Amino acid sequence: MLFYSYFKTLVGKEVTVELKNDLAITGTLHSVDQYLNVKLHSVKVTNETKYPHMLSVRNCFIRGSVVRYVQLPANSIDVEILHDATRREARG
Amino acid sequence: MEVPPPGTALVEELDKRLLVQLRDGRKIVGILRSFDQFANLVLEAAVERVVVGHQFADTPLGLYVVRGENVVLLGEIDEHRDPPPNMEKVTEAEIRQAQRAEKEAEKIKKTMKARMDFLLDFE
Repeated sequence: MLFYSYFKTLVGKEVTVELKNDLAITGTLHSVDQYLNVKLHSVKVTNETKYPHMLSVRNCFIRGSVVRYVQLPANSIDVEILHDATRREARG
Repeated sequence: MEVPPPGTALVEELDKRLLVQLRDGRKIVGILRSFDQFANLVLEAAVERVVVGHQFADTPLGLYVVRGENVVLLGEIDEHRDPPPNMEKVTEAEIRQAQRAEKEAEKIKKTMKARMDFLLDFE
């Protein structure tokens, strides 16, 4: 549940989600669930000319299983806290 | 920690017109009537949106059940931007023709590349 909790702290931040089909979507993180499915608001597709049909989409739901990377704003990560939480979780 | 019950993430999307991107690259537009925790979906009045370049066509499909594992993304369609700006709606016959032309062009590109690679092998 560590990454679920972690992503929950990022709600409202702007993230870029890179999918396994090479589509990259930037948007405001609206919500996340335990499968790491994410909902983004005000989305913008990085390569818009290749995916023109995505221009009619403003909000979207992305299935967690198709996500390859999530790019986060660097200043929103406190590695120290994440590190501690990891140890705490591992200890149980 | 409080975790919402599984499979509630899509409640807000019920009865909305959505664009569903599938893993095989197909795009289906339909009204979301039901779903579960796997993102299995029931879409009413579904159409397949075939896109070639900046042209597209909608092929009627009827009532569709999509198995969750094939779902990549569900996009809420902004009715003010549908069809998407800069895109031209054409007939199904026209899009099929455009699809064939695109396939043909890709084939030529591939053989050209194969020939170039062949020539480069001599260097």
